Amino acid sequence: MSDITSSSFVRQDLLDERPAPVKTTGFVGLVRTRLFNSPTNILLTIVGALLLWFTIIPSVRFLMVDAVWTGKDRTACLAENAGFTVGACWPYIQAKLPQLIYGFYPEAERWRVNLTLVLSVVLLVPLLIPRLPSKGLNAGLFFFAFPVVAFFLLHGGGIKGFGLSWTADLLQLFDDSIIGAGKALLGLGKTSSAAPLLWVVGNVIMLVGTAIYWLIFPLTWLRDQLQGTGQSVWADFAITAAIVSLIAFVLGGGLRTGGRALTSSVVTFAAIAIVIKLMGLDHGGLPIVQTNLWGGLLVTLVVSVTGIVTSLPIGIALALGRRSTIPLIRIFSIAFIEFWRGVPLITVLFFATYMLPLFLPGNFTVDGLVRALIGISLFTGAYQAENVRGGLAAIPRGQGEAAAALGLSWWKTTSLIVLPQALRHVIPNLVNSFISLFKDTSLVSIVALFDLLGSLRASFSDPKWSSPSTAFTGFAFAGIIYFIFCFGMSRYSLFVEHRLNAHRRN
Amino acid sequence: MKRVILALTLALAAGLTAQAAEAQTLKTVKDRGMLSCGVSQGLPGFSSPDDKGNWTGLDVDVCRAIAGAIFNDPTKVKYVPLSAKDRFTALQSGEVDVLSRNTTWTISRDTSLGANFTGVTYYDGQGFMVKKSLKVNSALELNSASVCVQTGTTTEQNLADYFKANNMKYEVIAFGTNDETVKAYEAGRCDVFTTDQSGLYANRLKLANPGDHMVLPEIISKEPLGPMVRHGDDQWFDIVKWTLFAMITAEELGVTAKNVDEKAKQENPELKRVLGTDGNFGEQLGLSKDWVVRIVKAVGNYGEVFDRNVGAGSPLGINRGLNNLWNKGGLQYAPPIR
Amino acid sequence: MSIEARKPPPQIALKIRRVLGGKTGWNGIAVQFAFAAVLGWIAYEIVSNARANLENQHIAAGFGFLANNAGFDVNQTLISYTGSDTFLRVFLVGLLNTLVVSVVGIVFATVIGFIVALCRLSPNWLLARIGEIYVEIIRNLPVLFQILFWYLAVLAALPNPRQSISLLGIAFVSNRGLVIPRPIGESGFEAFLVVLALGIVASVVLRIHARRALFQRGQMIRIWPYVLGLLFGLPLVTILVAGLPFSFELPQLKGFNFAGGSRIIPEFVALTLALSTYTAAFIAEIVRAGILSVHSGQMEAGSSLGLSRGTTLRLVVVPQAMRVIVPPLTNQYLNLTKNSSLAVAIGYPDLVSVFAGTSLSQTGQAIEIIAMTMGVYLLISLITSAVMSVYGWRISRSLGA
Repeated sequence: MSDITSSSFVRQDLLDERPAPVKTTGFVGLVRTRLFNSPTNILLTIVGALLLWFTIIPSVRFLMVDAVWTGKDRTACLAENAGFTVGACWPYIQAKLPQLIYGFYPEAERWRVNLTLVLSVVLLVPLLIPRLPSKGLNAGLFFFAFPVVAFFLLHGGGIKGFGLSWTADLLQLFDDSIIGAGKALLGLGKTSSAAPLLWVVGNVIMLVGTAIYWLIFPLTWLRDQLQGTGQSVWADFAITAAIVSLIAFVLGGGLRTGGRALTSSVVTFAAIAIVIKLMGLDHGGLPIVQTNLWGGLLVTLVVSVTGIVTSLPIGIALALGRRSTIPLIRIFSIAFIEFWRGVPLITVLFFATYMLPLFLPGNFTVDGLVRALIGISLFTGAYQAENVRGGLAAIPRGQGEAAAALGLSWWKTTSLIVLPQALRHVIPNLVNSFISLFKDTSLVSIVALFDLLGSLRASFSDPKWSSPSTAFTGFAFAGIIYFIFCFGMSRYSLFVEHRLNAHRRN
Repeated sequence: MKRVILALTLALAAGLTAQAAEAQTLKTVKDRGMLSCGVSQGLPGFSSPDDKGNWTGLDVDVCRAIAGAIFNDPTKVKYVPLSAKDRFTALQSGEVDVLSRNTTWTISRDTSLGANFTGVTYYDGQGFMVKKSLKVNSALELNSASVCVQTGTTTEQNLADYFKANNMKYEVIAFGTNDETVKAYEAGRCDVFTTDQSGLYANRLKLANPGDHMVLPEIISKEPLGPMVRHGDDQWFDIVKWTLFAMITAEELGVTAKNVDEKAKQENPELKRVLGTDGNFGEQLGLSKDWVVRIVKAVGNYGEVFDRNVGAGSPLGINRGLNNLWNKGGLQYAPPIR
Repeated sequence: MSIEARKPPPQIALKIRRVLGGKTGWNGIAVQFAFAAVLGWIAYEIVSNARANLENQHIAAGFGFLANNAGFDVNQTLISYTGSDTFLRVFLVGLLNTLVVSVVGIVFATVIGFIVALCRLSPNWLLARIGEIYVEIIRNLPVLFQILFWYLAVLAALPNPRQSISLLGIAFVSNRGLVIPRPIGESGFEAFLVVLALGIVASVVLRIHARRALFQRGQMIRIWPYVLGLLFGLPLVTILVAGLPFSFELPQLKGFNFAGGSRIIPEFVALTLALSTYTAAFIAEIVRAGILSVHSGQMEAGSSLGLSRGTTLRLVVVPQAMRVIVPPLTNQYLNLTKNSSLAVAIGYPDLVSVFAGTSLSQTGQAIEIIAMTMGVYLLISLITSAVMSVYGWRISRSLGA
């Protein structure tokens, strides 16, 4: 037996320390593995570095180093006065800031805009933080109460009646239209060859109209009586509150379980009463500020928030309609969605501006801002419908069937089982649509509304501030605002997406 | 679904609507307590807002005069700034009661647009503005030039006619609003800016260095500018028409904003008739007896309005020229109030 | 004797129920009736209001105006047009301008989009970050903002024609646009074109032949030298034999502007730039998602077969990624086409600008003009979605096979 240690195959001495492996983590590692690991990569890195050098350096110089920070008018921003090539002309933004934010909103009333903004932030922030409780109440406040309050805050004015009067007005409008149609048919019947048929149809329609007239007569009579009294708003309010609370009580289950519904209804009406009293809506409210005085960021936010709030219900309704088993509703929804999705927004705005007034009765005109809002809501609604449909399609059939097995009606199945799940699925898509909507609000400047971009463009034509760098400064400022909003929303959507997919990770 | 939208529309509309029944504009205006007046989006001398949104100008003063005649308060006007493209639609849809927006009176507009011109507030003509550095002295030297023009105006069509008639080539660059057009001209996108001559003078003030630009002598069209109202409401048509005539008559009779009260006491039969101490012409119009006094108190006579906004007393400094009274070599002529 | 099977009882009522009400039965029919009534009522209101309003305002109705003289000029026309042409001609001019800006924009957007996507996927860290920054900045700014930025800030800063930047003395850049020499055909030009076309056709045929050989017989044919020869050599030989068949008209500064040469107006440049860079950011994300959706095993399998990285990408990864990429890509193309309507903001004479803008204000016939304009865009998007569903059907068929 030989000593194993004497064998020449066995190493006798200690191996030299090998050098530590090349660091692949940290900054140095990053540089080594991802920037300079091959000739091509080195070349690409150099190209990238040059690209950055030629974009970032001039931008920083323009925005900070060469910028002019103080001045009274354009002379401060001209190269011959400043003594160097002038970058951004910030005093121009300072001078135009009120216009870029409020437009021509009267100076004395601007606190209303600020208050609205504060209100929206106070309501919106808790809604966006998932940990905070009572989302339902919060959402209700933001989506239903806030728009109304914001309208009376921003636009001003008061109310002459309440629920009862409005219902009566609406029903009367409907009835007038039916009677009008009947009369038109009868009139046509005198000359047309199909006179007997027209006469019959016209008379039937007239009959229906008259029947409805007598059906709603108590309502209209009550309204006229109320208008006669001095305190019409409060009387109307009390009656509406009583009726609605009663209905809530009965539908909520009567004596057995209706207590809760009754309480919430009463609380809601109390809150409404407080708001009416606080804002003095019963006697004229705040001074009216016409919408053509609104402008700047205010209009951008008003248009986008209104679009967001109104497009979602439209989208949900259209998406449900598209999945409906009733042929007519399905066909209508498909046609509606595809129509709005197939045309550019600008033509929709043209449509709203030029054609909508033709379609409404001759005796009322719709405010220019409202017209644009209607166009944008319908347009975004069609896009939201497709998003919601994606969510609905992702819900397994079993959910609906299970609900049906429990004996829930279609409405309950949809609103309690299917929709909550579907909407949660598509929150990122919805937020992405909101981002597009926010960006698309800039288009209203083409139909003569002065949003942020429109105000910016208008401010360019002020000779007091015309200098070579004015346009760049203005675009830099507006660009930063747009970017903050859109980037913030997109980050939030990513955050929600991560949260939703939490169960899929690990 | 659609019903929801309609209900929504109606509810929204109810909040923001203004009643504007076709046949009774005066009643609507009185009920509303405001005159809704379409003006341009900003043309110094004719209608332009200051930083606080107060409007001034010749076209604006016409609105103020009407409001003065109706309410005895020239501030009761809601100004609706309209682009050239939107203006007729706004009038037709009833969004504005009167369109006082340097609009040229043509037969096609008078007939096919469903609107009536009520008179001429300013006799104008289309001209050209160029940079002095181009050393151009006549519009006939503009061959191959690039021309900036506002779209949807008669100027766009006159331009085509003029260059064709003189066998010159040009490149047209059309923009949606006046400001965009001026801005493009200033930025050098085109050599020539064309619009009504009054507009050229007004827009020159918007340039950073007005002294570097000149208006060429040629006038290539007749452009009588005036207010418009909708077809089908003769009473309203009469009110707007006679408001302008009242201003011209006041100048003819030497009635100014300062001396109107004094003149009203004088025993001159014509003055008594015009200023309402004799006869009831105002009431026949649907206004008050002292309507002319109200108008003159609100804005002054036509001469004062002209001077203050576009004439010698304004930065524009335009000569009266054609806009002088008929007995002073101009075209402004009012039918007698009797 | 056999007893004939009894016929099932006639279920006419049930059939009607099925046809009219779908699965929901009589309830559904009732709902439909109510819905139809409401729709009818709204339609009636709209029509009667519109008729009354049009009558009140004395607006003419119908499409007769299309035959009237337009009376205004247009800045960029692909077909001959003068102020004395009709509104129908204006419509065509605008439509062509819309199409040309869309097509050019789509080409650039695709190229930039693919480059940015490759940057983002690149192993080079710096390049990936640059790609990401590009996408984030561009996506979060409104496209109208970008169009105006290019037009009002960047292109407006260019010098006037007299101080224009000369590119080798043959092309000039100024705030009136880019002027380049224009080729003018001389004798033999038609023959040259025929030769060129022949070359292209022959190359295509060659490629089809090579593919068939590869797929059916597994035979690789190297074709690129022949294709090169056909595409470039053949025309070159023709020129050498017959002489240059065209000459260039050089632009010259005359009076106010350049005379001669072809000119690309700055409105077109600004619009194309903004639309293509904007859409490219979205395309980059789509392409990236598409390539990432291909399982990484595919790449590994490719390299284990001995294919190079480039070849694997080209032959294995991209064809699979295309299935994911194409539908949203078409959507982006459609979006670009629709966004080209923003031309109206900078005065580029596209369909919306010259037809729904200028013609509308000259004639006042809002209903007809806006309906026509919307109809065009609707038609484009319907055709695209029809093509896309055929494509999807073919893809699913080939996957099933």
